[in-house]
Amino acid sequence: MKQCLVVDDSKVIRRVARRILEELNFEVEEAVDGKDALEKSLSNTPAVVLLDWNMPVMDGLEYLKAMRASPNIAQPIVVFCTTENDMSHIRAAIEAGANEYIMKPFDREIIEAKFSQCGLL
Amino acid sequence: MRTEDFDFLAKLLKQRSGLMLTQDKVYLLESRLTPIARERGLAGLDELISKLRSSRDEGLMNDVTEAMTTNESFFFRDNTPFDLFRDHVLPMLEKRRTNKKIRIWCAAASTGQEPYSLAMILKENWHKWQSWNIEIIATDISAQVLDKAKRGHYSQFEVQRGLPIQMLIKYFKQDGEVWKISDEIRRMVNYREFNLLDNFASLGQCDILFCRNVLIYFDQPTKSDVLGRMSQLLAADGALFLGSAETVLGITDKFRPVRSRRGLYVQSAAPDDLIT
Repeated sequence: MKQCLVVDDSKVIRRVARRILEELNFEVEEAVDGKDALEKSLSNTPAVVLLDWNMPVMDGLEYLKAMRASPNIAQPIVVFCTTENDMSHIRAAIEAGANEYIMKPFDREIIEAKFSQCGLL
Repeated sequence: MRTEDFDFLAKLLKQRSGLMLTQDKVYLLESRLTPIARERGLAGLDELISKLRSSRDEGLMNDVTEAMTTNESFFFRDNTPFDLFRDHVLPMLEKRRTNKKIRIWCAAASTGQEPYSLAMILKENWHKWQSWNIEIIATDISAQVLDKAKRGHYSQFEVQRGLPIQMLIKYFKQDGEVWKISDEIRRMVNYREFNLLDNFASLGQCDILFCRNVLIYFDQPTKSDVLGRMSQLLAADGALFLGSAETVLGITDKFRPVRSRRGLYVQSAAPDDLIT
């Protein structure tokens, strides 16, 4: 079973994402911000990270840059999942090493489509 | 809905579009025709049906047919046909078409996602195709969906289902809530209003034919007829794509499936090794 780390400061979003991902047969772990996610990626790298952008302590883009620069992390696929929906944010995310990008609101079909494009399904 | 009303609508749709309306689609009648009734100031579906019966209003019959034949569509729907198009069909034609001419017909283009997906695939390998004359003809029975296709404006929701983010970045421009497909992609597709029950002569020969998820709405004789005429239109070494739930088995002997290439068909008389 593939692991997915859901990084979002909203408990509601984490719960919605977890339900969809478990239906798609992922084992789900949660992190509440970028720093929490970085620690969790170090101890146990998931196959994919579903990553919010705006979070306290450390935001999604900072997490992504730090994680991609770390030699100690087996690099996961990263799918942004954020309300930021303008081209400049999308470009910045892809340049920093994101593999895909979801603009909230999302549903099961969008997650399924994006994950299968990344070869996860 | 009363049986005679259902039968009346089913007959109307069959005559005008070939669409086979089955009882399990009653909910679609409600959800798609109620807005039309409202637009015309009618109380609901019942009044719409009596108006259709009494007036034989051509415009209204058209609106009803269009609303019922419109398909949900998304970019790179089902992925596989687009992979097959890029990795097997195009390479075959690249070798065989020494005149560097390829004509592609999308027979149920709906709101444009399918022809635009093909155009983007070609654009991704533009160094190879730019010296070629590749024509994408995209038709649909509905003028309304073709208007949307021609504009090439999509919602955030529409650009997220199937479209890889790299392609969104490359081929779309954002304008507020709207994502607009770039002119270079838009110009690669020629849209035409066309009913599959009509004569194909005006379309001219084509090399690749996409006719996905349309035949499922037709009855057996209509399917055989459409596929038979498509076989005449398609080049002897052409390729036909049908929807993943569709088949030619028991419907026509003009086409045969390509082994282990789901949804891809060639003319029955084509050489065995045409597409591997």
